[in-house]
Amino acid sequence: MFNYVIRRIFIAIPVLIGVTIINFIIMSMAPGSPVDMLISPQIPAEALAAKRIELGLDAPAYVQYLSWFKHLLQGDLGYSMITYEPVLNMILSRMGPTLLLMGVSLIIGVAIAVPLGILSARKQYSKLDYAAVTGSFLGISVPNFFLGLGLIYVFSIWLKILPSSGMTTLGSEGGFGDILLHLIMPVIVLTANVAGRNIRYVRSSMLEILEQDYLRTARAKGLKETLVINRHAVRNALIPIITVLGMEIPILFGGAVVIEQIFSWPGIGQLTMSSIMSRDYSTIMGLNLTAAVIVIVANLLTDITYALVDPRIKYSK
Amino acid sequence: MTEMDDLLAVNHLQTAFDTDQGLVVSVDDVSFRLKPGETLALVGESGSGKSVTALSVMQLLGKGSRIVGGKVWFEGTNVLELDDKLMREIRGNKISMIFQEPMTSLNPVLTIGYQMCESIMLHLKQSKKEAREAAIAMLRKVGLPRVEQIMDEYPLALSGGMRQRVMIAMALSCKPKVLIADEPTTALDVTVQAQIMQLMKELCEESGTAILLITHDLGVVAEMADRVLVMYAGQVVEETDVYTLFDHPEHPYTKGLLKSIPRIDADEHESLESIPGVVPVRYQNIAGCRFYNRCPIATETCKSVLPPLAITNEGHYTRCWEVGNIKEGVWEEAYE
Repeated sequence: MFNYVIRRIFIAIPVLIGVTIINFIIMSMAPGSPVDMLISPQIPAEALAAKRIELGLDAPAYVQYLSWFKHLLQGDLGYSMITYEPVLNMILSRMGPTLLLMGVSLIIGVAIAVPLGILSARKQYSKLDYAAVTGSFLGISVPNFFLGLGLIYVFSIWLKILPSSGMTTLGSEGGFGDILLHLIMPVIVLTANVAGRNIRYVRSSMLEILEQDYLRTARAKGLKETLVINRHAVRNALIPIITVLGMEIPILFGGAVVIEQIFSWPGIGQLTMSSIMSRDYSTIMGLNLTAAVIVIVANLLTDITYALVDPRIKYSK
Repeated sequence: MTEMDDLLAVNHLQTAFDTDQGLVVSVDDVSFRLKPGETLALVGESGSGKSVTALSVMQLLGKGSRIVGGKVWFEGTNVLELDDKLMREIRGNKISMIFQEPMTSLNPVLTIGYQMCESIMLHLKQSKKEAREAAIAMLRKVGLPRVEQIMDEYPLALSGGMRQRVMIAMALSCKPKVLIADEPTTALDVTVQAQIMQLMKELCEESGTAILLITHDLGVVAEMADRVLVMYAGQVVEETDVYTLFDHPEHPYTKGLLKSIPRIDADEHESLESIPGVVPVRYQNIAGCRFYNRCPIATETCKSVLPPLAITNEGHYTRCWEVGNIKEGVWEEAYE
């Protein structure tokens, strides 16, 4: 197991390098550059040219990439081309709010999806089952931005009980209660999504397990139905769910870009959006690398958890 | 004959399935008696209702099927009237069951030890430690090697034959009065089959456990059974002791079955006989004898009137209009 993890980490390195190269190519092919974003009628062309040289944008793309990569090896993600802040600091300061938002949404989403999915499978074709499946369908198909705007309309504009943006009230001390209040709406949006997707996975996984012979064996032993379900069925049904949850983390990261924009949540998603808009190359590269690392770590954690819960899986060597 | 004296007495059991076409009775009027320590074989081809009969006794029928008639007496109680809690005290404790598929009958994510101890702790009210010791002793009894390790292993570490041994150990761990074995060796290869059967027989003789053996293998029947129940299309067509069954079968279906077994003393050029035709698909709607369309001796009566399961000899019951005293019109129903 330990060797397996080490090997996986080594395999991850070329993957990460590949991701940054592809990202760099796409980025330099996109129209505009950080300098173009500074253009205003007052700035003379010579000043722009000087700026290009100062930022190193006059060099060929591969030279730019290699220079970025050399710094990366020294643990240096560079400076933002717009704000001149170190990219690493920017990312780290935005990470907290995003992790808070994602973590809370993931936990609540799973806490809803697992019991509801199990119940829905046990009472297949009942009213509860239809309600759960319909709810899940809505959760998946209503776009995040639409649900977000709808919630803002209802709770902020109409009922005026929830703040529409930010993580804390401007000018206030913030504090736990204030953050909680700001969290409600974005968490509802992301939770609807997470729960929606997973209710269906849990339900179908559970339906499959309910047909298994070993449940009949468990019943033939004289076990109570609750024990048959909780000890014998749920354990098996949740194994495939681990994979789905592992994929949930990258999906949430992508979803955060939109949702943080709508609710002005000061997280990674908002930073990603603004740095793309201003063609802040160094920040985009840093964010991209972060996202790739998160995906790879999530996958690795999934595989490790898998081996821990399912005795049938053993990673060789 | 009173049902009180027998360990297990099934009386006119009817089990039906809910289908799109309404309620379909799959097991129709099955009766039998099981005495302590006896081995009763239930034979018949696939779909004849053997497994459904067994699951009905255990009340482990799946969704969409239920018992619609009859009684199942166990130690003087009609278990069909018991509530779920009392029935659970019988399941795995006084009546236990072994299934056909050892590969899928054990939970893949729980250790053998856990699955063994579960019923011992539940029914015998033993502590974890006592249950573990009892489980180890039981696994030794079924002839498994390195028992202590196996306790902590998962089913994937064991072969089909070993898993079936675990199933037997599990089923017999609470010293049940009745063991229902639903085609316990069908999924195993031939050499292992004989070992498993032998093991079951020995252990049950030792503990005085009666066996209800479900099989379609007449070789197994000859080896194991004291009495035999032949089922066809959801009904019992013949019941007798094992010797009479092989020497003097009465029902044309039983005769056909016995003729279709390859014999080692047969002439080299003799071709194996088979029963022409297939089991009617919707046999529930047939008014007369369900074997009518395949029967070599069928008459007009057989087409329209269902023959009774009647006593033809001491302990020999047959469901056929063309047999001995039934043909003469003097008969008594086997089970009132």
